[in-house]
Amino acid sequence: MSTTTTPSPGASREDLARLAEHWGERPSLRAWFATVDHKRIGRRYLVTAGFFFVLAGLNALVMRTQLARPEAGVVSPQEYNQLFSMHGIAMIFLFATPMLFGFGNFLVPLMIGSRDMAFPRLNAFGYWVFLFAGLFMWASLPFGAAPNNGWFAYVPLSGEQNNPGLHMDVYALGLLFLGISTTAAAINFIVTALKLRAPGMSLNRVPLFVWAIVATAFMVIFALPALNLDNAMLFLDRRFGTHFFDPAAGGNVLLWQHLFWIFGHPDVYIIVMPALGIVSAVLPAFTRRGVVGYPLIVLSIVAIAIISFGVWVHHMFATGLPQLSYSFFSAASTVITIPSGLQIFAWLATMLLGRLVIRVPLLFVIGFVVTFVLGGFTGVMFALTAFDQQVTDSYFVVAHFHYVLIGGAVFPMLAGIYYWLPKITGRMYHERLGRWAFWLVFAGMHVTFFPMHLYGLFGMPRRVYTYRSEPGWAGWNLVSTVGSYLLAVGLLLVLVGVVHAVRRGRPAPADPWDGDSLEWSTASPPEPHNFPVLPRVHSLHPMWDERTAESVGPGATSDRILSEGRHTLFTSELDAHPERAVQMPEPTLKPLVLAAALLLFFTSMLFAWYPVAAVAALTVAATIAVWLWPPRPLEQDLKVVP
Amino acid sequence: MTSSAARSAGRRRRPRALPAVASLYGLLLLAGCAGNMPSALNPGGTGAARVAGLWWLLFWISVAVFVEVMALLIWALVFRRGNARVRHGQPLRFVTIAGAGLPFVILVAVYGVGLRDLAALGEAPGPDAPAVEVTGHKWWWEVRYPGASGATANEIHIPVGERVRVRLRTDDVLHSFWVPQLMPKTDLIAGETRETWLHAERAGSYRGQCAEYCGNQHAHMAFLVVAQPRADFDTWLARLNAPARSPETDTERRGQQALVQGTCAACHAVRGTTARGRVGPDLSNVGSRWSIGAGAVPNDAGHLGGWIANSQTVKPGNAMPPQPVDAAQLPDLIAYLRSLE
Repeated sequence: MSTTTTPSPGASREDLARLAEHWGERPSLRAWFATVDHKRIGRRYLVTAGFFFVLAGLNALVMRTQLARPEAGVVSPQEYNQLFSMHGIAMIFLFATPMLFGFGNFLVPLMIGSRDMAFPRLNAFGYWVFLFAGLFMWASLPFGAAPNNGWFAYVPLSGEQNNPGLHMDVYALGLLFLGISTTAAAINFIVTALKLRAPGMSLNRVPLFVWAIVATAFMVIFALPALNLDNAMLFLDRRFGTHFFDPAAGGNVLLWQHLFWIFGHPDVYIIVMPALGIVSAVLPAFTRRGVVGYPLIVLSIVAIAIISFGVWVHHMFATGLPQLSYSFFSAASTVITIPSGLQIFAWLATMLLGRLVIRVPLLFVIGFVVTFVLGGFTGVMFALTAFDQQVTDSYFVVAHFHYVLIGGAVFPMLAGIYYWLPKITGRMYHERLGRWAFWLVFAGMHVTFFPMHLYGLFGMPRRVYTYRSEPGWAGWNLVSTVGSYLLAVGLLLVLVGVVHAVRRGRPAPADPWDGDSLEWSTASPPEPHNFPVLPRVHSLHPMWDERTAESVGPGATSDRILSEGRHTLFTSELDAHPERAVQMPEPTLKPLVLAAALLLFFTSMLFAWYPVAAVAALTVAATIAVWLWPPRPLEQDLKVVP
Repeated sequence: MTSSAARSAGRRRRPRALPAVASLYGLLLLAGCAGNMPSALNPGGTGAARVAGLWWLLFWISVAVFVEVMALLIWALVFRRGNARVRHGQPLRFVTIAGAGLPFVILVAVYGVGLRDLAALGEAPGPDAPAVEVTGHKWWWEVRYPGASGATANEIHIPVGERVRVRLRTDDVLHSFWVPQLMPKTDLIAGETRETWLHAERAGSYRGQCAEYCGNQHAHMAFLVVAQPRADFDTWLARLNAPARSPETDTERRGQQALVQGTCAACHAVRGTTARGRVGPDLSNVGSRWSIGAGAVPNDAGHLGGWIANSQTVKPGNAMPPQPVDAAQLPDLIAYLRSLE
C-alpha cells in the first residue's frame, strides 16, 4: 500500500479543477449513451461479455444434462444442434475476445500512462457494435432460428439446400457485423500502444500485458479478413445463388475450411495470448518480483503471433490433403508449442525465485499453469497428423480445447477479475468467497473435462445430441455432467463475489497489492482523466521505481499536466519521446447512431428487406460523413514539447 | 485470510500425483480392452495399432513433463512463501533450456515418429487388394463392392488379415469415416473421392461412426465393420451378388407383396424383385444386419415395426416419412424383412 488516493502534489488545485471540468461527465441519460471514456467502455465490455458467457454456459448445462445418460430426451436434435452451435459461437466470438478486449480497454491506457485510447469515439462505436451483434445473434435462439452448424459452419451443410431457414444467415451476417467491432478495437489498441505511452516508456519497458494485446491486435487485423471473406461468400451462396462452395458448379467445399482456419487457428491465440498477458501482469504482485525473462516472453509473444498463421491445416488433417503438405503443417504445429513452453518456464522460474503471496488471483494463476500445461500436451499430440486423425472430432479434442481455453483463457481472466476488481470498482472482494470459487471452478473444470479425453479415445464422436448405451460411454458422460454442475456453482460464486464486492466490499486503496505497473498509481476507481500528471517512466516496473513518484511530484512540468483542455500526450513509437499534446474528442452520440444504423442494415439484410437495407446503408454513409467532417478551424493547442 | 488454507491445499496436492497417474494408466488399459467399447486403445488392426503405439509414447512423455512442472510448482508453493527471501536473478539459461531446448529435442524426436506413422497410414494397399465403395448419406452408409451388383448398408464386411481399399464418396454433406479400433478418420468430401484402407488382425465386429458433424442425426450414423475369415467373406459377397432370399411362408409372401406394391419400393430395393428404389438403403439382406437406422435401434421385430410405422419417432429428421401401412399388413412386412438374410 505504497501510494494513497490523495492527488499528487505535482498538479495544482487549479490544474485538478480544470482536468475535472474537461474530462468529467455529468451523470445524465445522454452522457450514459455518449460516453467515450475507455474505463466505462471497458467495464461495459466486461459486463456484456460476462452476460454472454452466462448465456453460453447455460447452453452448455442443458447440453450436459441431455448427455448425462444415453438416449435422453431433454432437448430435440434440432434444439441441441442450435445449443452447441451458439455455445461455441458465443464463447469464442461474444465472450472470449470481447472479455479480453474489455480488460485491454480498461487497462491499456492506465498501464501505459495515457488519459484515454487513441480513438475514443471508435472505441465507443466498437462497443455498441459488439453489443448489437451479440444481441442480433442471441435473439435468434428463442425463435428456433439460431445457427445450427457449429461455430465452424462447414459447407455444404451450411448451404441453402441443406440448411434452409435463417439459421446460417444469422451466423454469416452476425459475424460480419461483429467483425467490424473487433477490427476497430484492434486498430485502436495498436495506435494507442504505439503513440500514447508515457514519456520514457520505451518499447523495452512496455508491460507484457500490453505487448500481448498489441500482438493480438495485429493477429486480428491479419486473420479476420479471411473469416469475413468466407462469410460474405457463404451469404452470397445462400441468398443470391452464387457457387463459391458448390462443387457441382465448379466451387470447392474445402475453400471454406481453408479460409475458416486461416482465421480460426490464429484466433485460438487471439484468445489465449492476452490471457497469458494477464498472467504476466498478475504474477509480479504475488511473487514480489518482476517476471523472469522479459525479452524471452516478448519474443515468444511475437513468435506465436507469426507462427500461428502457418498451422491452420492441422484442423484439416482428416480431409485427405497431400501427405507432404501435412508434414509441413505438422512441423509448424509442433514448433508453436515452444514459445508457450518458454513462457510457462519463465513463470515457474519467477515463482521459484520470488516470494509467493497466496491470494485468489495467484490461486487462479496456479490453476492456469496446471490446466494449460495439460492442454498443451494434448496440443502437441494434435500436431502429429497420425494421432490427430484418430482423435479429431472426438470428445478427446473437446477435452483438449477446453483445457486450453478454460485453463489458458478463463482462469487468467478470473485471476484478472480478482486482481483488478479493486481498480475497476474501487472495492475489495471477499477473500474466503474467492477461495471457495477457485476450488469449485478448478475441481469442476477437471471433473467435467478430464473424462472427455477418455471417452474420446474410447470412440465417442463430438457434436452428437445423444449416444447409445452399447459402446459404454454412459458412466463417463455422467461424471462430466456432474462436473459441469460443480463448475457452474463455482462460477456462480465468482459472480456472487463480484456483486458482493460492488455492494458491500470494503473501499479499495489505490494500490492494494503493491503492484508494479502504472494502473496502480491512479485512484481506485481512476478519475476520468486517469493521471493528474502523466508520469515519466524510467524502468520496467514503474511503481517499484521511486523516480516515477518523483516525476509526478512537485516540479512536474505543465507539458505532462496538460490541463488546458481535454488533452493527452503523443510520444514517439520506439523510445516514447514526447512529441505533442493532442486534443481528445468530447462525448458524442455519433458512435451509437452509426452502430444502430448498422444494426438496421444487418437486420434488414437478414429478412431480405432490401429497400430498408439501402436506407440503412445511406444512413451509415451519412453518419460517417458527419463524424469525419473536419471540425471548425483547428484550435492552436498543438504545441511541440522539447 | 491467512495462507494456511492454501498451504494445506498445497500439501494435499502432493501425494495425489503418483497414484493418480498410476490409476489413470490402469484405467486406460482396462477400459481400452473392455468389452465392446470401440476404443482406439484396443486396436484390432495395423492402422489403429500404430496410432495406439504413438499414443502411449506421447502419454508417457506427457506424464514425465507434467511431473517435472508439478514438482517445480509444488517446490515453489512449499518453500517460496512466508519469509522466503526474494531473489532478483534472471535465470535465462534455465528458462531457455527447460522451456525451449529440452522441449525442442523431445518434439523433434516425437515429430519423427509421427512422420513415420503418417507415412505408414498413407501407404495404400496394392492394386490387387479387395475394395469396397462407401457412400455417405444423411444419415446412413451405402456399401457396395466392385463387381457385385448388390448393396448393403451400415455394415462393411472385410476378410481378416487383408488390407482392404475403401473408396469414400458423399451423396450430400461432409461425413467422416472412423473405425477407432481399425483406422483413423478420413473425411468424405462433397465433389471428391477419398481413399483409406481397413485391416483387421482378428475376426470380429468393429463399431464405426460418422465423425464429421452432418446435421440433425449425426448422432445416429454408425456402422459396423465385420471382419470374417476369407471363406466366410467370399460366401457373404457371393450372396450380395445373388437375388435376395425368396419368401417361404404365406406371411412372408404377403409381406413381399406389400413391400413391392406399397410405398416401400419407391425408395428401397430388394434384389430379384421389382423393388428397385435407390433413395434409401438396399433391403436385400436387412434381416441379418446389426441395427436399424445406422445404429439408432437394435434390429428386432419390435423396433422394425416401430421404424416402419413412424421412423420419425425413432430418428427424427431422417428421410423416411411415416408409412401408411395398415395394421394387418405390418406383421407380414416385418416377417418378410426379417427373413431377408
